[in-house]
Amino acid sequence: MSPVVPPPAVALGVLLPVLVVLAAAAVVLVLDVLPPRDSKAHLGGVALAGIIGALLAIVMRWGTDARAFRDMVLLDTYALYFDLVICYAAALIVMFSMDYLGRTGSESGEYYSLLLFSTAGMMLMASAGDLIVVFLALELMSLSLYVLAGFFKQRLTSGEASMKYFLLGAFASSFLLYGIALIYGATGSTNLDRIAAAAATRNAEPMVLIGLAMMLVGFGFKISSVPFHMWAPDVYEGAPTSVTAFIATGSKAAAFAAMIRVLVVALRGAQPDWSALLWALAALTMTVGNVVALAQSNLKRLLAYSSIAHVGYMLMGLVAGGGPGPGAVLFYLLAYTFTTVGAFGAIALCARAGEEAVEVSDYAGLARRHPVLAATLALFFLSLIGIPPLAGFVAKFYLFGAAVRAGYIWLTVIAVLNSAVAAYYYLRVIVYMYMREPDGEPVAVAPSLAGGLALTLAVAGIVILGLMPAPFADLAQVAVAPLLR
Amino acid sequence: MTYAPMLMVFAFAALVAGALLFLPKLAAPRRLTPVKAEPFECGKDPMEISEGRFAIKFSTVAIFFILIDIELLFVWPWAMLYRRLGWFGFAEMLVFLGILMLGFFYIWRKGGLEWE
Amino acid sequence: MELAAFTLIALIALGSALGLILKRNAIHGALFLVVNLGSVAALYLTLGAEFLAAAQVIVYAGAIMVLFVFAIMVLIPGKEETGPDPRRPLRWVALPAGALLLAQVLVILVGTRGPTPVGSPAPGGVEAIGRLLFTDYLFPFELTSVLLLAAMVGVLLLARRRT
Repeated sequence: MSPVVPPPAVALGVLLPVLVVLAAAAVVLVLDVLPPRDSKAHLGGVALAGIIGALLAIVMRWGTDARAFRDMVLLDTYALYFDLVICYAAALIVMFSMDYLGRTGSESGEYYSLLLFSTAGMMLMASAGDLIVVFLALELMSLSLYVLAGFFKQRLTSGEASMKYFLLGAFASSFLLYGIALIYGATGSTNLDRIAAAAATRNAEPMVLIGLAMMLVGFGFKISSVPFHMWAPDVYEGAPTSVTAFIATGSKAAAFAAMIRVLVVALRGAQPDWSALLWALAALTMTVGNVVALAQSNLKRLLAYSSIAHVGYMLMGLVAGGGPGPGAVLFYLLAYTFTTVGAFGAIALCARAGEEAVEVSDYAGLARRHPVLAATLALFFLSLIGIPPLAGFVAKFYLFGAAVRAGYIWLTVIAVLNSAVAAYYYLRVIVYMYMREPDGEPVAVAPSLAGGLALTLAVAGIVILGLMPAPFADLAQVAVAPLLR
Repeated sequence: MTYAPMLMVFAFAALVAGALLFLPKLAAPRRLTPVKAEPFECGKDPMEISEGRFAIKFSTVAIFFILIDIELLFVWPWAMLYRRLGWFGFAEMLVFLGILMLGFFYIWRKGGLEWE
Repeated sequence: MELAAFTLIALIALGSALGLILKRNAIHGALFLVVNLGSVAALYLTLGAEFLAAAQVIVYAGAIMVLFVFAIMVLIPGKEETGPDPRRPLRWVALPAGALLLAQVLVILVGTRGPTPVGSPAPGGVEAIGRLLFTDYLFPFELTSVLLLAAMVGVLLLARRRT
């Protein structure tokens, strides 16, 4: 008999936050087939409990710097920071979903379990120390989101969103995989550190550069940067609003997490190359996003283009590089996540004539009938513009500052001009809410405990981040430190 | 050239199939009747299928088949190594199959395998 | 000898690929695809990648082709649905895109100096793959099962009739 194959060390502690989320998904699946058969409202509670459990695990593990499964999974402050952002987004979205789906009685075990699966995928993307894990985690996240986008089966737009997202997403994933294969071919490894070591001598090789470009296409699709953004407006519009919020925040944060780690750790030697590529992508993304957003009358499409523009700003931080650049991106993602989840969540609460209120004109006169909700929504839009003292302002301040200090004056000028353009379409929504009267039936708001609590948390998030940003900015800087060793 | 035996199996299969097709042409008596000229369709009207459509339910079964097929592919190398992997390997496969059995149990209880 | 085998298999692969895209009948196309997948599996065998060849036959030529054929049978176009393709000119985009891919492969071939620094000899046998899969790649292996589980739940959600 041949010798025993030595088993690898199993360190489940490194996986704890992810395992809690996956366990919650399993519990949701089991409870779904047990009675009561007609009411699934309790499953949202289980999902929420799982995510809160994961948040506790993250806080417990804070400050560790561990790796396990032969360097496949890393649990450093960088991963934990992103886990925190993703879990906050997921928790708020579960709360909005409980209320949004509960109103139409469409809550189901599949919905919450897939939401948890995609959350686990996102968290693993932030923890991945190997390109194989990056790909598998990305697929776990995406597969669940493709299905969730088509959750409202009786709606054609939802099916279209799901189909479009799936086909284009699969196409983008294959680009990513091709890139991974080329990088493996050039360096002989899929491990990020070993790629960095092997690539140090072979940077100018076309195989590495083409692999890098292919991977950027894959990531560029997931963060919806121009020119890989075409899917975003249609998918954001057609998907259930709660799912849209998750695609806009969680999946973007996760894709940024993996992309920054791959670029800064594995491909640090090719920094001049990817930096130049990203410069062009950033300028293009913010400009196209903002200009096209000007013409939108559907609020979900408007927010889709707005989120594209924000990706453009965030790419600036990567261009700036060093410590402050990625750190500013991490802070920006935190602020952006709270704001965007809140804005989509507030939209999910509104309905007009039995339909979801998604047109900008639906919101005419909202301020007189529902002053609190209108003020909340206005706060989110002001934060997206970047008005002090809200989170969006501080985030932009750090990001633009990092770009200027790194010497990218022109890119910053483009970004500032873009911010001015963006103010127009955000303010237009606020004008509708405060200064117009509805043509017909006014918008109705379904008040609920879970949705209200989630909105309160989101508003608290952007105000706290805006008023005392320093501790959180420090946190973001601490988080990027493990990448720069 | 390690695969020469495989190649021989394929060649032999092709030979047998070819022989079954062509030997009757040489040896068997041919008396064509209208019934014999019809395509064999288990007693069904042979033209039916090109008009109607296949039930979409087949696709669901086919997708589940793919998922189980991929799972099976991973069991194969494990089966070749499991003595050498010891109890650790056993636990590995137990976790892998346990997660998938949860999915199977869920599909089953949800009625995903019912033909409605 | 090796070259002869490669040439033969490559010719079969190319011919069946051409048959796939040139045949109007979708079922014939699918059968050509089976031949194509099989010949690619044979190419994997000539490179010593036994596991990959088996995976190609079991998963692609087996399971995925079954799904393809089912999908074609469900979607057999009725007379009302077969009109001229409104986006026919877009097909010409395929030419520069394909040329770009070819150019890329050439650039990689020409631009790569010296042998590729592969850490360990690329294992292709089932045992070698298993050895890696159950030790170094234990985590991705288990993650695959979670991915398959999510896929199962997703299929159930999308395919089941609304109750």
